[in-house]
Amino acid sequence: MIDLQLTEEPLDIPTCIDWVMSPQCGVIDVFIGTVRNATKGKAVLRLEFEAYGKMALKEMRKIAEQAQAKWPIEKILLHHRTGVLQVGEVPVIIAVAAAHRDAAFDACRYIIDTLKETVPIWKKEIFEDGEVWVAAHP
Amino acid sequence: MMKVKVLAFGIAKDIFGGSSTEVALSGDASVEALRTALETQFPRLKQLASFMIAVNDEYAEAGQVLAQEDEVAIIPPVSGG
Repeated sequence: MIDLQLTEEPLDIPTCIDWVMSPQCGVIDVFIGTVRNATKGKAVLRLEFEAYGKMALKEMRKIAEQAQAKWPIEKILLHHRTGVLQVGEVPVIIAVAAAHRDAAFDACRYIIDTLKETVPIWKKEIFEDGEVWVAAHP
Repeated sequence: MMKVKVLAFGIAKDIFGGSSTEVALSGDASVEALRTALETQFPRLKQLASFMIAVNDEYAEAGQVLAQEDEVAIIPPVSGG
């Protein structure tokens, strides 16, 4: 089972974990991204996330389906937030439930790594003296 | 000649000065031709680490030919997560 969400609303960690919980699984692996207060030593005030909504969801589905094809996993949850996020807030949650830990760890890692490469979501860092679209320039 | 509306996100929105732009393609309406036309119209695109073109919500190959009803978007380097 796959649960995908792209939302402006705050992500709720306990609800996500409850959703992947299942009796035939022995583990849940959870990845939570959080907004860091600095980048390369420079204070970050907040982040702004923008997405090409329908394409982002399509790419998120591809990643979840690829993970399901590669590893024996029962449930995958992938939620990503958009809009303005303050330091400490959560832009992304990935939760994977599987019978055994190796598959869950590997799938979770694959999902976040691939999301960062292919899903059309953009992050802008806001500093005191300016702002930067992350990864835009070499 | 074909006019293509190109949706923009992230830094491409800043470069276009809006959430979309219109590009006129004379002759070959391929993704590669669109790329070249965009770079000519907006030279700042060449300073990006890279950019992709999406057609109907899918990453497009250079040789893909655009149709009038396609939804076309420019995808600057992504940075989700």
